[in-house]
Amino acid sequence: MAQKNRLPDGGRIDRTKPVRFQFNGKRYDGFSGDTLAAALLANGVSLVGRSFKYHRPRGIMTAGSEEPNALVQLGTGARTEPNIRATQAELFDGLSADSQNCWPSVGFDIGAINSVMSKYLPAGFYYKTFMWPASLWMTYEHVIRNAAGLGKGPTESDPDRYAQHHTACDVLIVGGGPSGLAAALAAGRSGARTILVDEQSEFGGWLLTDDTEIDGMAPTDWVANTVKELAGLDNVTLLPRTTVSAYFDHNFLTAAQRVTDHLGPQENTKTPRQRFWKIRAKQVVLAQGSLERPIVFADNDRPGVMLAGALRTYINRYGVLPGREIVVFTNNDSAYRTAIDAKNAGAVVHLVDLRPDPDNPVVHQARQAGIQIHEGSAVVGIKGAKSIHGVEIAPLSEDGKSLAGPTFVVSASLVAMSSGWNPSVHLFSQSRGKLRFDDALTTFVPDHTPQKTRSAGACNGTFTLAGCLAEGMEAGAAAAKDAGFDSAIAGPSHVVKEDAPGSMRQVWTVPTVHPLGKGTRKHFLDHQNDVTAADVHLAAREGYLSVEHLKRYTTTGMGTDQGKTSNVNALAIMSEIRSASIPEVGTTTFRPPYTPTTYGAMAGQGVQELFEQYRGTAMHDWHVNNGAVFEDVGDWKRARYYPKPGEDMDEAVRRECKQARETVGIMDASTLGKIDIQGPDAAKLLNMVYTNAWSALKPGRARYGLMLNEHGMVFDDGVTTCIGENHYHMTTTTGGAARVLNWLEEWLQTEWPDMEVYCTSVTEEWAVATLSGPKAREVMEAVAPKMALDPQTFPFMAMQEGEVAGLPARVFRISFTGDLSYEINVPARYGMALWEALMEAGRPHGIVPYGTETMHVLRAEKGFIIVGQDSDGTVTPYDLDMDWIVSKKKDDFLGKRSLTRTDTARPGRKQLVGLLTEDPNFVLPEGAHLVKEVKPKPPMDTIGHVTSSYFSPNAGRSIALALVKDGLNLKGSSFQVPLMSGHVETVTITDTIFFDKEGERARG
Amino acid sequence: MSKYSIFSLIRNAGSYHENWQRAWRSPDPQPEYEVVIIGGGGHGLATAYYLAKECGIRRVAVIEKGWLGGGNTGRNTTIVRSNYLLDESAGIYEHSVKLWEGLSQELNFNVMFSQRGLLHLAHNVHDMQEIGRRGNAIWLNGIDSEFLTPEQVKEMVPLMNINGRYPVLGALLQRRGGTARHDAVAWGYARAADALGVDIIQNCEVTGFDIKNGVVQGVRTTRGDIKAKRVGVVTAGHSTVMADMAGFRMPLESLPLQAMVSEPIKPCIDTVIMSNAVHVYVSQSDKGELVVGAGTDAYISYAQRGGFDMMEHIMGPLVELFPFTSRLRMLRQWGGIVDVTVDRSPILSKTPVEGLYFNCGWGTGGFKCTPGSGHVFAHSIANGEMHPIAAPFSIDRFNTGALIDEAAAAAVAH
Amino acid sequence: MLQITCPWCGEREGIEFHCHGEAHIARPENSAEMSDAEWGDYVFFRKNPKGVHYERWTHDAGCRRWFNAIRHTVSDEFIAVYKPGEAIPELPEKYRDPASNRTGAPQSKETK
Repeated sequence: MAQKNRLPDGGRIDRTKPVRFQFNGKRYDGFSGDTLAAALLANGVSLVGRSFKYHRPRGIMTAGSEEPNALVQLGTGARTEPNIRATQAELFDGLSADSQNCWPSVGFDIGAINSVMSKYLPAGFYYKTFMWPASLWMTYEHVIRNAAGLGKGPTESDPDRYAQHHTACDVLIVGGGPSGLAAALAAGRSGARTILVDEQSEFGGWLLTDDTEIDGMAPTDWVANTVKELAGLDNVTLLPRTTVSAYFDHNFLTAAQRVTDHLGPQENTKTPRQRFWKIRAKQVVLAQGSLERPIVFADNDRPGVMLAGALRTYINRYGVLPGREIVVFTNNDSAYRTAIDAKNAGAVVHLVDLRPDPDNPVVHQARQAGIQIHEGSAVVGIKGAKSIHGVEIAPLSEDGKSLAGPTFVVSASLVAMSSGWNPSVHLFSQSRGKLRFDDALTTFVPDHTPQKTRSAGACNGTFTLAGCLAEGMEAGAAAAKDAGFDSAIAGPSHVVKEDAPGSMRQVWTVPTVHPLGKGTRKHFLDHQNDVTAADVHLAAREGYLSVEHLKRYTTTGMGTDQGKTSNVNALAIMSEIRSASIPEVGTTTFRPPYTPTTYGAMAGQGVQELFEQYRGTAMHDWHVNNGAVFEDVGDWKRARYYPKPGEDMDEAVRRECKQARETVGIMDASTLGKIDIQGPDAAKLLNMVYTNAWSALKPGRARYGLMLNEHGMVFDDGVTTCIGENHYHMTTTTGGAARVLNWLEEWLQTEWPDMEVYCTSVTEEWAVATLSGPKAREVMEAVAPKMALDPQTFPFMAMQEGEVAGLPARVFRISFTGDLSYEINVPARYGMALWEALMEAGRPHGIVPYGTETMHVLRAEKGFIIVGQDSDGTVTPYDLDMDWIVSKKKDDFLGKRSLTRTDTARPGRKQLVGLLTEDPNFVLPEGAHLVKEVKPKPPMDTIGHVTSSYFSPNAGRSIALALVKDGLNLKGSSFQVPLMSGHVETVTITDTIFFDKEGERARG
Repeated sequence: MSKYSIFSLIRNAGSYHENWQRAWRSPDPQPEYEVVIIGGGGHGLATAYYLAKECGIRRVAVIEKGWLGGGNTGRNTTIVRSNYLLDESAGIYEHSVKLWEGLSQELNFNVMFSQRGLLHLAHNVHDMQEIGRRGNAIWLNGIDSEFLTPEQVKEMVPLMNINGRYPVLGALLQRRGGTARHDAVAWGYARAADALGVDIIQNCEVTGFDIKNGVVQGVRTTRGDIKAKRVGVVTAGHSTVMADMAGFRMPLESLPLQAMVSEPIKPCIDTVIMSNAVHVYVSQSDKGELVVGAGTDAYISYAQRGGFDMMEHIMGPLVELFPFTSRLRMLRQWGGIVDVTVDRSPILSKTPVEGLYFNCGWGTGGFKCTPGSGHVFAHSIANGEMHPIAAPFSIDRFNTGALIDEAAAAAVAH
Repeated sequence: MLQITCPWCGEREGIEFHCHGEAHIARPENSAEMSDAEWGDYVFFRKNPKGVHYERWTHDAGCRRWFNAIRHTVSDEFIAVYKPGEAIPELPEKYRDPASNRTGAPQSKETK
C-alpha cells in the first residue's frame, strides 16, 4: 500500500529496507528507521486511539516518549504489551499493533457515549454519585473498572529474558542531544569513565530535526563525527535506546535499555530483551532537553493536532508530511521553522501567531517563503472529529480573553502547535533539586540540588544551540574535573550561527466562540485523562486549590505520560484563577520513573529458577532420589516425609513415627544453625545470652539453653556444647541461625567490646545426621567401632570426637525425640558418605529415614517446644513452664529485668499446656481456639489456642500443645474448641508430656 | 452542605457546573477553640468530624502544615481489612471496617470502599499455622474469615502462579476487606467536618505548645497562637517532633515506606492479595493500575523517599507470583514516612501533659483504620478518658510489657 | 539508595549495610534497681530526630562489623562515621542547631 504522506526523499529512514506491519488488522508499509507513529502518518492514518474517560478519537501528538494519545496494544499472545507509545515503538518487520480502550473499533467506539454524556461527567463526578443505593456500589464499580484501564495485560508468562547490570562511572551524561554530546566530548577526552545515555534509537536529539550548522557542518554530520570520536574512546560507553528512569540518593541512577525491542520478538531468548542498569556515578550531567507545550485551545485534542516540533521531526527525520494543508499555531519563534520546513516540503501553510507583532528574522523568512501569517490571532475551533477538515481562526483581544473579530475557516488537515518549551527537569527534581520559575521562559528551571549533578542546555532553560553546546562542554569538563580528571583538553568551543529567540506571548487558555465549559468545544490539558481547562476551574471553585489537590481531583498529570505535556499548563490556569503567580501555586513532585519501566527488567535475572534459590543439605540428592516430599523452612528445602508407594502423608508419618521409636530412625538435621564460639570469655557470653548458668559446663558436655530478647521474650533455643577449653559449639533453630549470630555480634561489638570471644557461623560446614531410637547404639557400634559408646563413658548430654564410618566426626548424645539419639556431625563434604554408611549399617536394624513431620510428632510426644510454633515472641520461659531454666543466681542476663515487669510477671498469662481431645482419633487443627463458653455463633471469648497438634501413633491417640490463659492452673479442666465447620471438640488440659513421662529412654 | 447525588450532578450540569459549593472553607484561625487537632490527614480530619458530629464539640480546628491528606493518607496502598489476630487489634480495626461500610453515605462523599475481598496467602507449614490461628481468632471475634484451598485461590485469581518457588498451600480470605479511594476519605471527612463548623486550616505549621503546670493551654503556629484546653496530635511520621516540642518521649521511629503503581490496564486482579513469604502485596485500582507495596527501609528518614533496593526487592516476588506482570511497566513510585512502634500497634493515649492526646504509631497500616481511629479518638478527647476500644493502645504498655504484638505473634523460627 | 563509608572497608553500596537505630545507649548495669518505666525507656524509647541522628550500622555484606554514623534524617547525608569506642566526632558548624540538641546529640560519650 502506498505511503501517501511519505516525501520523495529526505529523512533518516533507510528506504532500501522496507518494513511491513499491521495496525488494527490492516497491512501497511514503512521503512527501517521509522517509528510506528511515523509509519502510520506516512500511510495517512491519523486516528490511533481513544481517550481514557470520554473515549474521544485521538491521533498522534508528539514524536517522543511524552506522547499522551497514541498508545497501542503491541503484539499478541504472551508477548503482548499494553500502552505502548506509537511515537517510541520502532518499526520492525511483522510488527502488529492495535488501538486500545475502544470497542468494537477505534472508528466506531461504543464507549464514545461518555463523550455525549460528558456534561454530566466533570472532574470528580464519581465522588458525588454512585452512592445510592449503597448495596449497588460493587456493581457500579464493576462497570467503572471495565470502562477504565486502557490496554490489556498479557495472561501468560513472559517468554523473554531480562538482565540487570551494575556499574560505576566518573561522569554519567543523560541525554545525547547537542548538550549531552558536547558534555560527553569534554568528559570523554579527559579520560574520565563516561557513560552517555539517550532514550532514542540514535544520538543527536534535536539535531536530527534541525538544520542549524555547527562548525560549518550540517548538524547530522556533526553528530556523526562526534559519535564516531566518542565510540573510539575506551573510557566512554554509549547507550542509545536507554532511558534513565530514576535518580536516587548519593548519585545512584537507574536506566532501562531496550536491547531487542526494536528488532521484534527474538527466537534466541538468551539475549535479554531489556537490560536494567544500576549506575553509581561520581558526577552527573543532565542534558535531557526540553518538551514542547501544547496550546490550550478549543478542540485541541482532535486527531491531526500535534506539537510543532513533532511535525518538524516527522518531516525532517522521517520524511513524512502528515498533511498537505497545515495550520501552525504558535506563541513563539520556534514553530516558524516547522512552518518553513512544511512549506518547503510542499504543504500549504497558515501561521497563526498569538503575538500581535512578531518581528524576527525567522518571521521574515516565513513570509518570504509565501506563508500567510495571521498575527495576534488564535485557532478557536476545529472542524471534524475523527480527522480535521478545517480550522477556525479569529483575532484575539489585547488581554487574550476574548475574540476581537469574526472567525474564519481555513482548509487544513493538520494543526501544529507550540506554546513554548518546558525544560525536562524530572531527573533534576528527583535528585532532590529545587526548581525556580523563570518568568521570561514561563517555565520551571533547575535551581540547586544537594547532589553532584549539573544541568546543561535546554533542560537548564538554555534554548540556543550555541548555548547548549557551550553549556554541555562546560558541564562535561567541570564534571570530569570534579571526578579527578584533567579537563584542560576538553576541546575547542563550537561555532554556530543562529538568531536569538524572540519573545513569547502566553495565552494559557485560548478563548473560543463560547465561554469556557459552556459549549461543545473542550480545551484539553491532559489529553490522556481527558482533563479540560473547565475541570481546573471546577476544582478551584470547589476548593481543590493546592496543586496536589488539583492533580488528584482532576487526575491531571496522572496518566502514563505523568503530565509531561500538561502540568505547566494546568498550573498556569490555576494561577490565573487564583490570581497568584505560578511558583506560588507550586509544582508537584516529580516521581520516578521518568517513563514507565518494565517490571521484568527491574526483576532482572532473579525470576523463575533464579528467584530465591533454595538451600539444600549435603544429603539433599539422597532425599530427592528416595521420594522425599519437601517443605520450605526459610530458604531451606527440608525433607518432610518419605512416602512409600501409595502412602499419603498421614500414613507415611505414622509409619516413620512407629518405626523410629521401635527400631531406629535417621534424620537430616544439617539445617540447624551452628555457631562456633571461641575465646577466654566465651562462657561469660553464654551466661549473658542464655537464661541458665554455663560456667560449670565441662568439655565434652552439652546443655540446652533459651535465649530471650531484651523484652524478656523467648526468641531462640538450642543445645550448646563445650568442645574444649574456651571453645563451644552452639546450635540454633534453622530459621534463627542468622538472627542469633547477629545478636551475639551486636552485643560483643557494641556493648561488651572487652570480652574476648569470636563467633563464626559453621552451619554450612557440618552435615548432621541424627540417629534416634532403641537401636541407635547398635548402628553406632557398627559405624564407629573405635568410639566408646557405653552410657557411662558416653552419657546423655555428652559429646565426643572420633571417627564415624571412617570420617572425622563430632557425635552429640542429645535428643529432640526423647529417644536414645546421636547427632553425628561430619564436615559437610562427607555428608552424603556418612548418610549412606548409616543407612547401610542401619539396614539390619530396620532403620527408617524420617522427615521433619515425624520429628515434630516425636518431639511433641515429649512436650519439647518448637520456638516460633509453640512460642510466638510474646512468651516468656515461665509461660512455657520452664522456670527451671531461668537462673536465680545470675545477676543478669539479656531480658532478665523484663521478666519482672507488671504485665510480664502477671498471673494468668497464656501458658503452654497439653491437650487431650475427648475423641482420641480427632486431631485438632493447629490454630483452633479454646473458648470459655460455646455460643451458637461468634463472638465467643477465647482463652487460648492450639500450637501443635498431631496424631501420635506411639501414644495411640491425638495429642496437642496449646497456649492457654492461666493454663498451668487449669490442668484437668475441660474446655471446648469450636471449629468453623460447626464441629465442637471437648478437650482436657494436661501436662505436655505424652510419652515416656519418666524420660528414661533418652538416657538409656 | 449541599448534597451530592446523581440529581445534583444533573442539575449542576445545567448551569455548567458553575454553582458547586466549595467542599470546605479556608478560614483564618480563631484565637481559641475547644479542641485543636494537629494534622490534617485522614485520622485527624475524622477525629474532628466525630468530635463535631457525635460529641457536640463544634469549636474544633484542624491544623495542617501542608495540604489536606498530603501525608500517608495520600500515599498508601489503600488496603482496608480487620483480619487481625489479637483481640485488641480486632476490636479497633473491625470497629473501623464497620464505619467504612456506611462511610460514603455518612459523609455524602463516595470514598469507593470496595469490599472485593482480601487474601493472605500461606506458602509453607509455618504460614499455614499462622493463618490457622489467625483465621480462627478472627472468626471467634465475630469477623468474617474463611480458609481457602490452593484451588479456590486459583479460581479467585486465575493469573496467580500457585506452583512457584514457594507454592501456595492455602489462604485466609476476608471478603469484607478491600480497598478505598484514599484522597476521597480525607476530602469526604474534611467536607463533612467543615459543614459542621470545624475550621480546617491548611498551610499552618505548629511551632510549639503552650503548657502551664503540666496542662496544655494551646499551640503556637506559623499563623499565630491558638488557645485550646484539649489538643489531639495526629501527625504520623512527625509525632516525635511534636512530642519533643511538648517535652516527652514517644517510642516511635519514622521510616521510609514506598509503594508503586503500574500503568493502567483492564481488570485482571479482582481482590487484594498479600503474601508474607513471597514478600509482596498487590491490588488493582479502579483506574486499572496495579498497586504494589514495598517494605520499609530500616533507617530513620523524613525525606519521603526511599532506596531503590526496597522497590527492587518486590519485583522478583511480583513476577514470581504474577508472571504476567513481567511485561507491564511501573508508572510511578513514591515514598511516605511511617511512624513505627516496637510492637507494630498504634498508640492512642493520654500523655504526660494533661489535655494533650496522641494518636500515632500506625506504621504501615493506618489507612484502614481512618474512621475507627478518628471515632474512638474523638470520644476519648471529648470524655477525657480513653474510649474502651482505644484503652489497650496506651503508651503505658511499653512500661508494663503489655504489648499488642501482632508482628511477634507471626514470628518465624523453626 | 545510599552510599555508605564503612570505617574499616571504605565506600560501599548501601545494600551491603543495615541500620540498627540510635547509638550510644548503654545497657543499664543496675537494672534490678530500675523502675518499670526506666527499664521501658531503655528497651523501647528511641530518639527519632528530624535532623542530625547518631546511629548504629553494620556492614553485613562486608566485614560484618558494627560502627556508628552521624546522619541527617532529612537529607540522608552521612556527616561522619566512626568505630565503636572512638570519640564521637565534633559536629560541623553548619549542622549545629540548638533546638536539635535535645533530640540529636548523645548525652554521654559512652559508646554502644
